[in-house]
Order: sequence, then C-alpha cells, then structure tokens
Amino acid sequence: MKLEDFRKEFPQLEQKVYGKPLVYLDNAASSLRPRSVIEKWREMSEIKNANIYRANHFTAVQATSEVESARETVRAFLNAAEPGEIIFTSGDTAALNLLASSFGESFIKEGDEVLLSEAEHHSVIVPWQMLCQRKGAVIRVLPVDDRGELVLDKLPELLGERTKIVCVTHVSNVLGIFNPIEEIIRQAHSRGIPVAIDGAQGIVHSEVDVQALDCDFYAFSGHKIYAAPGTGVLYGKRRWLEKMVPWQGGGEMISSVKWSGTTYADIPFRFEAGTPNFAGIPTLVPAVGTALEVRKESRFQEDRIVEYVSSAFREDRRIRMFGAADGNGRKIPLFSFTVEGAHHEDLSILLDKMGIAVRSGQLCAEPLMDRYGVTGMLRASFGAYNTLQEAEYFIKGLQRAVKMLEQ
Amino acid sequence: MNLQEAKAEVIETFSMFDDWLDKYEYIIELGKNLPEFPEELKTEDRLIKGCQSRVWLDARREDGKIIFSADSDALITKGIISLLIGVYSGRTPSEVAGDDFAFIERLGLRENLSPTRANGLASMIQTIKKLSSNE
Repeated sequence: MKLEDFRKEFPQLEQKVYGKPLVYLDNAASSLRPRSVIEKWREMSEIKNANIYRANHFTAVQATSEVESARETVRAFLNAAEPGEIIFTSGDTAALNLLASSFGESFIKEGDEVLLSEAEHHSVIVPWQMLCQRKGAVIRVLPVDDRGELVLDKLPELLGERTKIVCVTHVSNVLGIFNPIEEIIRQAHSRGIPVAIDGAQGIVHSEVDVQALDCDFYAFSGHKIYAAPGTGVLYGKRRWLEKMVPWQGGGEMISSVKWSGTTYADIPFRFEAGTPNFAGIPTLVPAVGTALEVRKESRFQEDRIVEYVSSAFREDRRIRMFGAADGNGRKIPLFSFTVEGAHHEDLSILLDKMGIAVRSGQLCAEPLMDRYGVTGMLRASFGAYNTLQEAEYFIKGLQRAVKMLEQ
Repeated sequence: MNLQEAKAEVIETFSMFDDWLDKYEYIIELGKNLPEFPEELKTEDRLIKGCQSRVWLDARREDGKIIFSADSDALITKGIISLLIGVYSGRTPSEVAGDDFAFIERLGLRENLSPTRANGLASMIQTIKKLSSNE
C-alpha cells in the first residue's frame, strides 16, 4: 500500500489542533488508530457483546471466536509455535508484571540475580524491583555507553551462576536503537539462562520471529501498534509457562475449585483470570493487518526521516541527541534530545501550539535520565503515516520555539 | 490597583491575543522579566511539587502584606508564576487566602495545558493559598 493512501486510513490525522493540521509525533507513547480497528472495536460493542468462553449462547460463541482468532493472528505474527503461548493482557505493563510475578514466584530465590539493561522503561524496572524485594534477590544492570548502545563486553561477567533471567528491551523508548538481542540471547542460553524481551517499540518497527530469535518471552502493547488500548501480549515458551504459577486468581483460569484447593487451567488461560478485554482484543486482527500492509514502504520512509532529522540535529550545536543514528543498531525514527538554553517542557508547550504533538519529561526512564545527567528530554517519535514534510515542519517549528526562548 | 482590578487587567491583556503562540510569547516575556531570585532561597521546602519543571516560591510578610518571589528552570512556568505574583503579591494575607483564583480559568491556560501541567498550575495556586493562610 502506498503511504499516502495509508495515511487516509487514520481519521485523527484529519483533525486540526489550534486551527493547525495535527502533526502527531508521539507514536512511541501510542499510535493512532485506523478505520479498520475502530470499526472492529465498534462491532464488538455494538453487536457482538458477550462474555467470552463461559456461555453456550450464540453471541458468546461469536465473541469467543473473535478473541481466539486474534490469538491465532498474533501467533502467526510472532511465529510462535502454538496459540497457547500467546497470553492476552491489558498491555505491555501488565505483561511485564505477569512475567516478573509468575516467573519470579516460580524460579527466583533469595540471593538470585535478575539482569536488566540500563535503558529499561519503568515498567521493566519496577516489577522486577518489587519481586526482588519480596524474594531478597538482586538486580544487576548491563550499562549503556554515551552513544546509547549496550556495553556487550560487560555481558559475560554479568551473567553469573545466580542469574535466573535476563530482561532487556528490543528498542529503548528513549534511545530508539535496536539492541543486539540475538547476541544477548545466544550468550544467556549458552549458560542456560532464559531471556525476556520488552517489545513495546521493537514490534512496531521490525519483523519479530520468536522461534528464530529463540527468546523465551516477548511482551508488547496493542495500542502502540494500532490496536485498541487495554490490549497487550505476553509470548512465552510453553516449557516455561507450564512451570509458572498464575499471578492472579479468578474465573476461567481454573480447571477445578474446591475448598480443599484449586487446580489451574492449561496455558494460556491460567494467566488470564477474569473477563478479558473482549471488545479490544479482536482489534489486534486488523491492527496486525495494518502493520504488515505497510512494513516495506514504511521501512524506507523511516530511514529517510532518520537521516533527515539526525542531520538537521547535527547542524545545530545546541542540540544533543540521545541514541546515535550511525551506530551498530538500526535507529528507528524516534529522537530524544535536549536543547541547550531551552527547557524541554517549554519546547513541548510551544510545539503543541504549532500543532506538533511531542513528549517531554523523563520518558518513564528516570535511571537513563540520571545516566546522561539530564532532568528530562524532548522526544519526537514518528509513525508509518508521518511524512518527510512533517519532519521538515517539526525542525522549523523547533527552531522557532528555541528562538522564542532565547534569553 | 485593587485585587479585582489587577485580575481584570490580566484578563483583558490575554483577550487581545488571537494567536496561541502570541499568548505564549507574552508569557515567556513575563518569565524573562521576573526579578532575579536569590540562589540561597532555592531550597527543598520552597520547591513546588507536581510540576514537570522545578518551581521555587518564597513568601515573606512586610507591613501586614504578603510578598511573593519565585523562580523556575522553565520559562513558561516562570511566566505563569510571574503572572500570579503580579496579581497577588503585596496584598493582605486574608485577601489572598480568601480569593477563588477563578480568573486563571478565563485566561485559557489551564484547559490548554496537559494534565501534568494543569496540576503544576494547581500546585502553584495551592502553595500561594497555603502560604497566605498560615497564622
């Protein structure tokens, strides 16, 4: 599909803000939704609304089959071995909490270690901190260098006898570069240590084949890849999931409940207690379809935007960009930066008044802000529907905002 | 100028801007012109919580009046606090504590700033009120 036609699928791009066309550059926080997703979402609420799995009536069976077809779509999208390895959650954060809680409860004891990278989002750091606090376990940290790349040389010494799991992001939501997860997985597996990948950003910008990667877990949010908010996925290898205790108890996750004790249902259901988001989950089908439709064209466009924005940044000595565009890992069109003499909050307010939606602050990665010695950053993150013209308008807008703030 | 007149004047000034950027350009100017705030007053207890940027607010009493001074590392925040100080500094504490601060809504700032920012503004107002109602 041509990108111009693709753009037309997103009604929000027709909106004006403050009388100006909306230039939406906050895609790393959430993508916009195409008509196909909005339509499926409405259909589920309008005519297919029923609680799933539990009932035999017509609509319940219909809704159940919509959700199960989404599970198969996601399985194929990730090339997982079977649908049972796809757990639906309310988002990436819930997926990562499930992982830390269930894996941790089953496999982590006092004195054990969990290896994270310095570039993790709070939704990776905090669940593991909570688990480690409960268990008396320890978090170890793989550092990033000044250019935003993981210091792989440190990996062998950090993978110890007590390391029980490695959890790293595919692409940091601040740095925007692909981490060498293949190499991390290879080294961890050679020591028998499983690896979990936070795919919140990675899934949007690359093909993910969990069997080829051989990762043990892969988590992502639906709303960053066009699906309804309140949907998320945790992929896990059957052999791990089967040995993990559930993290929440409730309906439909059991096989039998007696006062003397409960036996749990098979995977994935034992990790899906309570009523799932049955209106949202089916939108993963058109969402995945949308992602696949433009993958080739958008990749080309992404590279052009990366080249344009990073060269514009290089020309301005006041701008410091985090996450190099010319390193070992491919850069996605996500640019976190600071401008000397201009506060990130001021810049985001002024850009907003020009119709440009960006994000400012700590970007849910405070340890990374500390690592680079800044109180916050400004972040512009592009999606497949953003154009090179919008990138140019963003650079012009930024220059104007910086000028307005000059002392 | 009494409190009501001071508020009316700010509302009138803001009504003159029909472009959003002009409005913010004006706020930035206010921020730039805010009198210098002594470094030694930038203490933890003067820091207002709930803002994305750092804001310090100091209040002292002089002849029964309350005098505010402030600073921020972000210019727009500095402009907004300068606007508040311009209206409320030099009034009696009871006058400030008894005010409803509703004129802020009429400037169109609050609803057009993100929730965290709106909270920042709310925290600024809350702090000004609290400092005025002590004793």
